[in-house]
Amino acid sequence: MRLITHNMLKSNIKGVESGYPLGIEVVKMEEQELEFNPDFIRNMLAKLEWDAFRAAATALEAGGELPEEVTEEMKGDEEVLRRVHHALMEVHLVEGELVCPETGRKFPVRQGVPNMLLHEDEI
Amino acid sequence: MSRPELQTPPELFYNDKMSKKYNSNSRMVGIQAEISDRCIELLNIPPGQSYFILDVGCGSGLSGEALEEAGHVWLGVDISRDMLDVANERETDFGDLCQHDMGTGLPFRPATFDGCISVSALQWLCYAQTSEQVAKTRLLRFFSSLYATLKRGSRAALQFYPDSTEQAVLISSCAARAGFTGGLVIDYPNSTKAKKYYLCLSFEHGYKTPAAKRAEPEGGAAAAKFDGGSRERRGHRGKPKKGKVAKTRNWVLAKKDQQRRQGRDVRDDNKFTGRKRKDKF
Ligand SMILES: C[S@@+](CC[C@H](N)C(=O)[O-])C[C@H]1O[C@@H](n2cnc3c(N)ncnc32)[C@H](O)[C@@H]1O
Repeated sequence: MRLITHNMLKSNIKGVESGYPLGIEVVKMEEQELEFNPDFIRNMLAKLEWDAFRAAATALEAGGELPEEVTEEMKGDEEVLRRVHHALMEVHLVEGELVCPETGRKFPVRQGVPNMLLHEDEI
Repeated sequence: MSRPELQTPPELFYNDKMSKKYNSNSRMVGIQAEISDRCIELLNIPPGQSYFILDVGCGSGLSGEALEEAGHVWLGVDISRDMLDVANERETDFGDLCQHDMGTGLPFRPATFDGCISVSALQWLCYAQTSEQVAKTRLLRFFSSLYATLKRGSRAALQFYPDSTEQAVLISSCAARAGFTGGLVIDYPNSTKAKKYYLCLSFEHGYKTPAAKRAEPEGGAAAAKFDGGSRERRGHRGKPKKGKVAKTRNWVLAKKDQQRRQGRDVRDDNKFTGRKRKDKF
């Protein structure tokens, strides 16, 4: 699971209000190189929850040098875009847990696949 | 033999064995790739753009492969861990996977995806496995969550296999109730084998569903339209009646097509298909 996915995921347990962002408990992570596409990253900047992204990058030790907020200048700064690309697309949570911020319920991540299935009483 | 949807829940039907079989049937792989390409085409993405696309019922990742070839980054959601394991083994660079039941509402925050495709999965929502899982409730949960999680202005193209006109109408009307505009595009409406249903959804009022592909130029109206603004009737539709079916040629062709989709060996159709056999030889 990449951070791009983590940035979109929320807990949709019945009764939970925002369920976002999910906490991350890391057991194992991996880095995998991926072709850099600046246009795609620029498009994503508009849609990312930046604070959640930075916090997740810190949890996975993937982005100490991410800017504090999204600015116009950074869209033209290849250096910064590459760093965003790295944290967003190249770092994978392989084993660990995603934690609902409101209930503490854990969603396991195994072999890179988060299990977001709800129990019957959570629907 | 009836549809697999009637027999078992998807996570049990698409078990380890079935998932591997599904993925290694080259005929099936070809068909799924073709449908995926058509779905992507129906999203009408400007050329050269690389989008973030949701793939619902992504299964073994065949549709993801098509998305990747078209230059997109994707997130696949599926209920079956065995299917996801097969997808995981595939060498896909630009895709991520997530295990989830779309009938409980997609677990994504609002306005995140630039589009959505789904290949041969939606009809599974029509079969309630336990008393709580009423088909309509699950369809509505799915479509409302899809409506929320798609970026305004984006589109969805969902190919599925309805087992009746009622089912196609039920699915479309649930999409309309969630707020979508759009309608069904029926490709090759006159061919039992190639006929495919695509539910094309948009946020635009006055969105015109794309033209269907047809084998012959003549033929009935292939695109049915609805508008999210004008709500469809909400009358409850009961389960399709079961009972004796007359085994007409069309019935036999449809049945065989269904069995092919399940990856079974089925004899080719010919002019004798579905004909009454002589009592005595
Ligand atoms: C016929 S397969 C198609 C797989 C893939 N899209 C392809 O074209 O190869 C249908 C898929 O839908 C999935 N599915 C069925 N019901 C589902 C649900 N409620 N939520 C998520 N996925 C579901 C099944 O697990 C299965 O992988």
